[in-house]
This record gives sequence, C-alpha cells and structure tokens, in this order.
Amino acid sequence: MHGRLKVKTSEEQAEAKRLEREQKLKLYQSATQTVFQKRQAGELDESVLELTSQILGANPDFATLWNCRREVLQRLEAQKSPEELAALVKTELGFLESCLRVNPKSYGTWHHRCWLLGRLPEPNWARELELCARFLEVDERNFHCWDYRRFVAAQAAVPPAEELAFTDSLITRNFSNYSSWHYRSCLLPQLHPQPDSGPQGRLPEDVLLKELELVQNAFFTDPNDQSAWFYHRWLLGRADPQDALRCLHVSRDEACLTVSFSRPVLVGPRTETLLLMVDESPLAVEWRTPDGRNWPGHVWLCDLPATSLNDQLPHHTFRVIWTAGNAQKECVLLKGHQEGWCRDSATDEQLFRCELSVEKSTVLQSELESCKELQELEPENKWCLLTIILLMRALDPLLYEKETLQYFQTLKAVDPMRAAYLDDLRSKFLLENSLLKMEYAEVRVLHLGHKDLTVLCHLEQLLLVTHLDLSHNRLRALPPALAALRCLEVLQANDNAIESLDGVTNLPRLQELSLCNNRLQQPMVLQPLASCPRLVLLNLQGNPLCQAVGTSEYLAELLPLVNSILV
Amino acid sequence: MADNLPSEFDVIVIGTGLPESIIAAACSRSGQRVLHVDSRSYYGGNWASFSFSGILSWLKEHQENRDIVNEDPAWHEQILENEEAIALSRKDKTIQHVEVFCYASRDLHEEVEEAGALQKNHASVISENPTEAVHSAYLPSEDESLCTASCEMLTEQTPSSDLETALEINNVKVTGETKKHDDKTCMKSASEEETSKNVPTTEGTALQPKKTRITYSQIIKEGRRFNIDLVSKLLYSRGLLIDLLIKSNVSRYAEFKNITRILAFREGRVEQVPCSRADVFNSKQLTMVEKRMLMKFLTFCMEYEKHPEEYKAYEEITFSEYLKTQKLTPNLQYFVLHSIAMTSETASNTIDGLKATKNFLHCLGRYGNTPFLFPLYGQGELPQCFCRMCAVFGGIYCLRHSVQCLVVDKESRKCKAIIDQFGQRIISKHFLVEDSYFSENTCSHVQYRQISRSVLITDRSILKTDSDQQISILTVPGEEPGTFAVRVIELCSSTMTCMKGTYLVHLTCTSSKTAREDLEPVVQKLFTPYPETETENEEVEKPRLLWALYFNMRDSSDVSRNSYNDLPSNVYVCSGPDSGLGNDNAVKQAETLFQLICPNEDFCPPPPNPEDIITDGDSLQSEASEASVILEANSETPKGSASLGNPEEASQ
Repeated sequence: MHGRLKVKTSEEQAEAKRLEREQKLKLYQSATQTVFQKRQAGELDESVLELTSQILGANPDFATLWNCRREVLQRLEAQKSPEELAALVKTELGFLESCLRVNPKSYGTWHHRCWLLGRLPEPNWARELELCARFLEVDERNFHCWDYRRFVAAQAAVPPAEELAFTDSLITRNFSNYSSWHYRSCLLPQLHPQPDSGPQGRLPEDVLLKELELVQNAFFTDPNDQSAWFYHRWLLGRADPQDALRCLHVSRDEACLTVSFSRPVLVGPRTETLLLMVDESPLAVEWRTPDGRNWPGHVWLCDLPATSLNDQLPHHTFRVIWTAGNAQKECVLLKGHQEGWCRDSATDEQLFRCELSVEKSTVLQSELESCKELQELEPENKWCLLTIILLMRALDPLLYEKETLQYFQTLKAVDPMRAAYLDDLRSKFLLENSLLKMEYAEVRVLHLGHKDLTVLCHLEQLLLVTHLDLSHNRLRALPPALAALRCLEVLQANDNAIESLDGVTNLPRLQELSLCNNRLQQPMVLQPLASCPRLVLLNLQGNPLCQAVGTSEYLAELLPLVNSILV
Repeated sequence: MADNLPSEFDVIVIGTGLPESIIAAACSRSGQRVLHVDSRSYYGGNWASFSFSGILSWLKEHQENRDIVNEDPAWHEQILENEEAIALSRKDKTIQHVEVFCYASRDLHEEVEEAGALQKNHASVISENPTEAVHSAYLPSEDESLCTASCEMLTEQTPSSDLETALEINNVKVTGETKKHDDKTCMKSASEEETSKNVPTTEGTALQPKKTRITYSQIIKEGRRFNIDLVSKLLYSRGLLIDLLIKSNVSRYAEFKNITRILAFREGRVEQVPCSRADVFNSKQLTMVEKRMLMKFLTFCMEYEKHPEEYKAYEEITFSEYLKTQKLTPNLQYFVLHSIAMTSETASNTIDGLKATKNFLHCLGRYGNTPFLFPLYGQGELPQCFCRMCAVFGGIYCLRHSVQCLVVDKESRKCKAIIDQFGQRIISKHFLVEDSYFSENTCSHVQYRQISRSVLITDRSILKTDSDQQISILTVPGEEPGTFAVRVIELCSSTMTCMKGTYLVHLTCTSSKTAREDLEPVVQKLFTPYPETETENEEVEKPRLLWALYFNMRDSSDVSRNSYNDLPSNVYVCSGPDSGLGNDNAVKQAETLFQLICPNEDFCPPPPNPEDIITDGDSLQSEASEASVILEANSETPKGSASLGNPEEASQ
C-alpha cells in the first residue's frame, strides 16, 4: 500500500541484532583481556579506569574489576595533586551512579561507593542521603540501598529522629517493607535509651503504645503481611535475659556438684571460667557435661573430693562464680543430708515468658483484645492466631491454658504446612505449664503423660526431678539433654514412638525405666543404659526389639546389674 | 488559493474531537492519505481546553448566538446532475444555557490584558480571508508548531511572522469586546456597585497578614496559566485510552499527573475516601475494625467472579441494598457506593456495582494510589496528541476550514467528495464527520441528551491538607430521586490548568434542567461566593468562588447511526463527548469506525524503531526521517522514568 513506512522484516531485525551482539561481545572480551594483562604487568594507570568503566558500565557485577579500580585509585592517590584527585573522585561518583542505574541491586557498586566515600577527606554526606532517598523512591524495598543509607547515616551522624521520620514516610507509602520496620527497631531504642536499670533495647510505654497503634493499622489493613507481624513481635518481645546461674545442686552420694546456666555455655580453660569456692576457699575441679560430650550446654558438673564432703562439720558451703556472666550462686550441704541445692524459682523470674515481654499487662491485655477482634473478622489468619497464643502466654500461661490449646488446634488446621512446628511449640508451652504447676505444688515429681508432646525441652530446669512420667505422648526420642536430670529415679515413657535413648545416660540415681510400646528396633539402642549404675528395673514390652533374636542375651551382657528386665 | 490543498485523499475527517483525532491518527498510521479539517480555530471541538481569554472568546461566541451570515451559495453550482449534496451546518448548536458569574473583585482601572498572550480570533472563525485561514493551519509545513503541543496549547501556537501584524490588530479589538461582555454577564450576580463598594475592604484586609485576595484583573493577567476543559474527564489507568496511548506510543506527546485523592461529601462535610491499601493504612478516620472490613470487602471485589456464592443470592437487588447485607458500617457503604463504584442508590444492581468496584480497584496502583490520571495542560491535549501522530505520518491539517457540503453520487449512493469553504472539491473514499457538523435536515429525527457543566475558579481546596497541590475527585449523590449525581474534579495549579493560588473546579452531571439549575445547589454546598464573607474576620471554611461558568453540552454519544437521514455508507459519524468519567466510549467508537474504514488493519500499532525504517528509495524519505528525528528527540526523556540526575544536581 502506498504511503506506508517501509520497515525491516523481523529476520532483518534479528540479523542486525545478532551482529550488534557479536560486536559487543568482542569489545567486552578484548577489554577484559587488556585489563587483566595490565593488572598483571602492574600498569595501574588511568587507562585501566577507562577500560573497566566500559565493562562495568554494562555489567556492574564484575567484582574483580571493582578491585582493579580500587588498586588504580589507591595508586593515583599518591601521584595526583589534590585538584586532580577531586576531579577524579567526582567522575568516579558519577560513574558509580550510572552503574547503579544499570543495576540498583549490585553488591559491588554499593560496596565501591562505601569504600570511596570512606576515603574522601570531606565526603558530601547530604548528597549521599539524597541519592539513597531517590533510589528508595524508585524501589522502597531495595535493601542494598537501605544498607548504604544506614552506613551514610552513621557516618554523617544523622539524628535518629530524622531517620525515623524517613522510615515513617516510606511506611506511609507502602507498609510491606521489612527494611523500614527493621530500621525503626534500631532507631527507637537509640532515641529512647532506657535508664541503666531497665532492660536494654526496650521502649518506654508511651512510645511503645504509639508503635503498637501504627503496626496495628498495618495488620488490620492487611493481616497477611508478615512484615508488620514481625515488627509487632519485636515490640512485644523482651530483651535477652541477663546471665545467671539458675540452679546449684550438691550430692553427697555421688560426690558431685551440678550447675545450671541461663544460657548454653562452654566451660573450659580457654572459654568460660567457673570458680568453685568450698567453704570460702577455691577448689580446682574439672567441669564436664552430664552426657560426657562437653559441648556447649546449660548444665555442667564436677566431681568433689571427699574432703569437701566430710560429715564432721555442721555444714559445707559451695559457691560457684561465673566470671563472664557476672553471676554467682551459693548452696549449703548440711550435716546428715544427702544433698543440698539452691535455685531460682521459675515463677518468680518468669522464665518461660521470653517469647513476649514483661511489659505492663494492660498493654498486653489490650493487644490481646484487638487481636481477638481481628481474629473474629479473619478466623483463618495464622499470624493473628499465633500472636493471640503468644499474648496469652505472656499474660497468664496457666489461666489461658485451655484456650491456648484450642487456638493451637485452629492454627494447625489453617496452617498445616507448619503442623510439626506448632506441635513442638505446643509441647514446649505444655511443659512450661507443668513445670509451673510442679513448682506451686513444691514437689519433685513431674507428670507429663497424655499431653501429645512431640518434643522435650527445658530439661535443664528439671535438675531436681526424681520421678518423671512421659507416657502416652508422641515422643520419638529421649534427647541427650535428659542427662541433666541428675536426681531422676523413676522414668516412665510408655506408649510413645521412641526410637533412641541418647539421653538416658550417666543418670546416677535412675532405678526404674519403663519403655513399653515404643519403637525401639535394635538392642543396640539400649547401649546408653549401661552408664546408669543403679538401674534395676527395665520394661521393654511391646517394642520391635522384643522379637529380635538374641535380645535377652545381649541385654544380660549389656546390663548385668539390672535384675528385672521385662521383654 | 484552492489549489493549496491536494484534491484527492483516502480519508477526510471533519472535526478534531478525540474520536475523530484517534481515527485520523490510526488511518494515517496505516498509510491512508488523511485530510483532517475543523471549522473552528482550535483543536478538539467540544473536547478542547482554553486559556482564560480563550474561554471568554468561546463564551462570547456562544452567548451572542448570532446567525451565520455569508452563506455562500456558490457551491450549489458545482453539484452535477448525477450528484446530490448533503449540506453541512455552519452553526454549533451543541452548547446552550451559557451563564457566567464573576465574584472576584475588579480593579477600577480595567485596562488589563493577558500577559504575553496571543488571543484567538474568534471573530474570524468563518474567515473571509482565505490566505489567513490556509496559512494558519496548513500542515506539514507547520509541523514545528505541532511539536510544541506537549508543553503548550496548540491553540496558542505562534503564528507565522507575516500574520503577526494582522493578529495584533485583531487582538485589540477582541479585548475591547471582552470587556464589554464581562460587564454584561456580571450584572447577573455581584453587581458592579457591590463589587466596587467592596474594594476598600479588600485593600484593608490586604494590609493584614492575610493572604492577598486574587482579583479579576489578576486572573486576566495570568490568563495563560489556565487551561479550561470543556469536558471534564479523567483517564482510568487501565482504561482503553491509556492502553491506546501506550500501544501507539502517542503517550510521548503528553504528560500526566496522578489524581491524588478521592473525596466524599457526607453530612455536609468533605472527607477523604481511603481506597488504596496505603490509604486504608494511613486513614485516621476509620477504626481498626472498619479498616479490616473495608479491605476485606475490596479484596473480595477484586475477584468477585470467583466467589459467586457471595453475591448470587443478591443479583436481583440494587448494589446499595447488597452493600447493606455485607459487613460494612454505613460510613463504608457510602464510600463504596458513591466514591468507589461511583454509582447511586438506585442506578446499579449488584453485579454492575461489583463490576464498577472491580474496575476501580483494578486501576489502582498502576501509576499511584488512585486509579486516575489527568493530562497536564488539560484534557484538550489528548486530541492534539493524536493529531500530531497523524501529522507525523503524513496527515494534512486545516483549522478554520469549513466544509460546505458532502457530494453524493446519486447512482452508487456513495459520498465521493467534499466542497470546502473556498469551493474546492476534494475527492476521498471515506468521510468521517463529527455529528455537530450535520445540518438540521440530517438530524431531524435525532434525540439528544444533555450534559450539565460548570467551571469554577476558587481560592482554596475543598479539603485542606498539608499539600496545596492535590488533584481530587468528589462525587455528590443526587438529592432527590430522578436527579443525577454530580461529579466534581478539582485541579490544582501544578496540573497546568490554573494560575498559582487558585483551583479550577469542574462539575459535571447528566442534565435534568439547565446546567445552572442542576449544579448550583452543589456549588452552594461546597463553596461560598466571594464578597459575602468579605466582612467576616473569622476563617471561612468553604473555598471562595472567584468566577463561575455554567453551560449545557449536547451528549450525542448514544445516538444510533440509523437516526440520521440518508447517510451514504461511506460517511461515518463520530459523537461528541459523553458524560462518563473515562474515555472508553471515544476509543471504542474510534476503533469500530477504523475497522470499517480499514478492515483487517492493526489499530494504531507502535511506530517502528528509527533504525528499522528503510529510508532509501521513494518519496517517503522525508516523512521517515522526520519521524526518526522526533523519536530521537523524545527518547532522551522517557516518560515516567524516575531519572536520578547526576550527582552534581543532587548536591545542589
């Protein structure tokens, strides 16, 4: 048809494109080669800058070339006059910016900018902040740029209040922004430092309430947005507990002293130092973990020499000093007593509420109410359900126990992908509750039967327990941490799915062990039991190993002291 | 003179409104030889935008209602025996009931002129001077002035130097007339007496720290800052027009701004409607639970088709009844009904309402937190952008060029030519005519609807916020049954449609009476006339009116082709603007007509890359290189890209 523009056909276009690409590739390869040759020959001059900028301009992720450039710039620094250098830096900054426009998420480019700015005598930080603001305008979630912004803000000593206002503006635009929320969690404690006595990293209540309102707006607007829920969790979370010695136990019979720590530690000559004072004089001892593996753990113990335990004195005092943790604890062994201990009460210290905070319960209560309101509107929102559970635990774990279990059920139904995680979490909470109940009852017997437990945790808290019932659960193992139960005499773990017994080891007082209806396959798994000197009764009925040939013979040889083995 | 124009084309388009301009561009792009004429001196017809002096001239033209003289019967002689003529009308009957009110105080010395403006000469719309007419609008020699279209109203294009003197003479004359006509119109409201009485008060308050009031002479002086749209529309960011602008690459000729907020008028108060996720998050007026309810409902609307169980039972009832069955507070029901679905209590059923809501939400977030875009310098830019594309591909343009009649071959019943104002016969295969050009003979059976329009200049926004540069849309539901909802669009000065310190407010509704009768109640609710509050010291809540215009515009959008008498099959009719908010109607119409003219041709495909154009060989060379020049010139500033500038700029 007349009057129509003549255009190349698609084959012609493709051919033109192919030629262009070929040409480009040739240039790219030859430039790369030249740069490497020059670098090897030590010719680090401006021509290398020129060549690398050709390549980096097209592909800013060529890390080696950035290294080349740094070498050149370092060399030129020594050779050039300040004016020439200033011009050089100016071009370099401009070049970096053009590279960032090619790829705003290039590690190499942002790093080079950091490096360059760090070397300048008078860096223009205001301009860098402006640059960050512009890049975040384009993509408010570019975490490379956020990272650089934090670097710039720190270098330029930008007041945290200004940076906080900046995060405000970005959250207003789009609140699905982990970087922005995270930055808030760094800035707010700086803006509102707590008095020395208070827990560090926590916020004063008025600030906290304002933040809670902000984040509530976010999760009521879009309850499926994770970033807001994580920030919410941070707001209500509490700082790490202070280092402490939770429990000290001395046993005359076993001539042994056991210490339980607030966090896993590794005690040894080159790591944590632990001093033992017996009757106010230091005693050199060798520390080990109950399972004998000497890995970082909550519980460490040592053997005591007979002199420290003789029954002539009215009492002996044992004081353990944990230097790094800045903590110590003392316990007394009275004449005629088999054991002595001193421990923190789990209730007093709210040991198990570390998921959520020690903030005033009114705040938590009102948060719980809003979440329940949201849950009514969004019955299937997993974040909301989980937050409700956590809030209830922080408020009163025993009072809300029944309700919590119901929420767990709903949560498992709406989030089947995380069923196993939720089972474990639920087990943990139930164990904590049982522990609290045991403390209130002031007994050393713990019943954990029929609770659908899938995992055992907090075992370091059970140092003093003598009777433990784990029957009718869904446990698959008795984990190594069980070895911390130094006082355990009777352990019942019938009707579980136990396959391994790694934790039933070195238990000095264990007499009875019942493991009916489990999944113990091979007699070999009973090996750890040999290290329990007082074991006299072992019930293995209903396990696959009962059918194996030669089990009785193997057991007779492995456990010669056990006088009653039911197979 | 007549031989200035080629005597043969493939397509002749009469009228430069949006649908006509799109078709002209599409035909030209497909290689058709296009002649595009308009009897007016400006582009766009009823889709045009005017500077302040421009609108005054336009007003004058429509108020005077004078009959067109110089009916030139000469063309009758040209009609041969085997031919018939369809005479075209020379009088625009689409605008009625024009009323103007001026509230801004006037200076005593009134000899004010629009600064630096070249006024359009409406007196010579029907020019008796053929030289001038052809000169002023002949393409492609004027392509240069077309290029300025993206930043400057084309109607204010610089005339060629030999015309300047003539225009200056006219200029004086027009200004004189304008003044006279102002006096006349303003007597209707604020009388001269009243205004002059108020002048000292104005001066008195001006001494106080209070913001100095804008006077009428300031408006005149800054008249070029105004771009007053005759039709008030917005672009849905996923509407057909945006798609077309992008597909055809015509978007390069225009710039857009996102509407910044959606407003609602409830219980006598203007408030912001939270409609995007960010709005809901930031809203202070909604409770937490309301936030959830609203988000939940809107999320459902996004894909309501997937959940028929949610609405199937309510299909028979109205959307407003349906909303009542949902978990929404009255507050939220109002927002959804009037501001998001933009319907009324009775107008739509559940499905229509859900569809409208979905469409609104679908458009959200493409370019910002509202679904709408507004073209900088006014809606009138858009037809011009398409005209420009048409010209780039060889279309020829003549403004102030009227067509006297269509010539129809008696035997084939096909139109074969036009006879223009100079008596030149121009042959073509297809003829596109905007319906206002048809004479009464052709339209005797046509029934029209009317659109009521009002344009206001005010001194502040209807909802004050931190930023004074907000672009807002507000829907005020009709009060009594049978009246229609009024759409209010408020433009700030950064849209390049009004002077600094003022707002341009457009009101639109389907007419039930005259524009003033339809719209004045809403104007009174939202604004207060300027002098009334002059003596009050306390801060006035409502914005003050500086100037107001009312008129009715004919809505021919739903007129069927069959209602016109005796149209040959190769004469196609384009309608004027419809009352809807978006431009889908115009685009649909253009595409349908284009498919009739050029069946099996792609509708406005993107222009080829400059390097892919084969320039050697034939006469196309000049056009092709021209196209490439423009392509290159524009490629430097890709629209909408956030350019970061060089570090030097950043540091300053």
